[in-house]
Amino acid sequence: MPVDPRVLAFAERYLKDDFGNPFALYSLALAAKRALEEARANVAELLNAETVASIIFTASATEANNLAIHGTAQRNIGKGKKIAASAIEHISVLNPMKELQKSGFEFSLIPVDYTGIVDLAQLRELVTRETTVTSIMYANNEIGTIEPIRELSELVHERGQYLHVDATAAAGRIPIDVQADGIDLLTLSANDLYGPRGAGALYVKPGVKLQPILPGGGQERGLRSGTENVFAIAGMGEAARLAKAEMREESARLQRIRDTLIREILKLEESYLTGHPTQRLPHHASFRFSRIEGESIQLYMDTRFNIQVATGSACSSKTLEPSHVLLAIGLKHEEAHGSMVITLGRSNTLEQIPAITTAVHETVQRLRTLSPL
Amino acid sequence: MGNLDAEQIGYSKKVMEHFMNPRNVGVIENPDGYGKVGNPVCGDLMEMFITVKDEIITDIKFRTFGCGSAIATSSMVTELAKGMHLDEAMKITRQDVADELEGLPPRKMHCSNLAANALQEAIKDYKRKKGAT
Repeated sequence: MPVDPRVLAFAERYLKDDFGNPFALYSLALAAKRALEEARANVAELLNAETVASIIFTASATEANNLAIHGTAQRNIGKGKKIAASAIEHISVLNPMKELQKSGFEFSLIPVDYTGIVDLAQLRELVTRETTVTSIMYANNEIGTIEPIRELSELVHERGQYLHVDATAAAGRIPIDVQADGIDLLTLSANDLYGPRGAGALYVKPGVKLQPILPGGGQERGLRSGTENVFAIAGMGEAARLAKAEMREESARLQRIRDTLIREILKLEESYLTGHPTQRLPHHASFRFSRIEGESIQLYMDTRFNIQVATGSACSSKTLEPSHVLLAIGLKHEEAHGSMVITLGRSNTLEQIPAITTAVHETVQRLRTLSPL
Repeated sequence: MGNLDAEQIGYSKKVMEHFMNPRNVGVIENPDGYGKVGNPVCGDLMEMFITVKDEIITDIKFRTFGCGSAIATSSMVTELAKGMHLDEAMKITRQDVADELEGLPPRKMHCSNLAANALQEAIKDYKRKKGAT
């Protein structure tokens, strides 16, 4: 995702002129400090957080996920040594949980149905009083499915302790209200809001107890030491402000384009939508095509049509395993290999849809003529 | 989503050229030899058809399900083997194919570089059939 030019125009002065260390007291530092607090207020506003102070800036969403999970599990170890996550969480949630599992925590993976919605009955079984942190994403980046967070939050709080929500894919796309949703911890990334890379944030509900994973000079209320990346954080704040102001109109616009795209692509035979048909992110379209492989789709779409799509195929991953998300919704390996994700953004228009559709049709048909299946 | 272009995932120009314009795609009806390797579960499946005259591969065709390197290596093997004596073709290794393609990303060397094996299976099939008649 590119940095929105308005975000860059807003934030670049924190690289060029107002470059002070916000921790200091000289005048340059005050400008930097103001920028941090303005960004914090904008991010808090996007989430309807109780207080501005409940936003902790980090260097990435991955770091925010790690802080949420390690921070609460270790700090609340007296309450229990159980942790839980949905089976379709991002790897930056699953890997810290697996690490805790190695050091003696009991880790439960909560299954999802074929649309990607968390299995409520399983959640009731798996989350207990000793479960200090349960992690469920707001919406999934690979299949677009939006989880029923409010309902899940009630179930988690009836049984376990804290609900952590990774909202990296959802933020700026659909309204998020941490108070109404009953969320204890929530992860954001700047670069998924059209902000610069190098900033993330963790919302921490007032009263939630967690410990830092990066001890040091005590920045960010002692929860995240290290000199703040003022440029990236200021950019994140501006990106959050723009997202909040433009979300309703922009998401409606993208959803109209996206629905046309889905309708046109599904005209291909043996093509299927993955994820939830209606409870899905407005800019997100994900598919699988029988008898062909996703890395080939990606390469051909890029090389021939200059259209960048994503895939959960094994061949495009470092582990050479298909996406755990696609396996969790019950796809067979050979089905997961044929996956393709198209996400739309600010630069996309309805006028582009015929060209994108033609490109997908041509790519799929061409690869099928090569296929022995 | 990410902008994964061919350079970033480490495919050479030659691999991309064969991927975009694969040679000898298709099926030979009643081939003298037929070989099939791989498995759709693993993400790569290829089949090779050969026509043989006086121990020379006079025609060769393939079909492949798989990633960019699976398709490019299949195409390259057919190009190398066409017109070759069976004994020579049998000696084509995975490394030969990768070298002709100006290299493959390390993690692709194992799983998506089965084309030489498909060719060997087709030659063995030819020899089996010949032995039987």
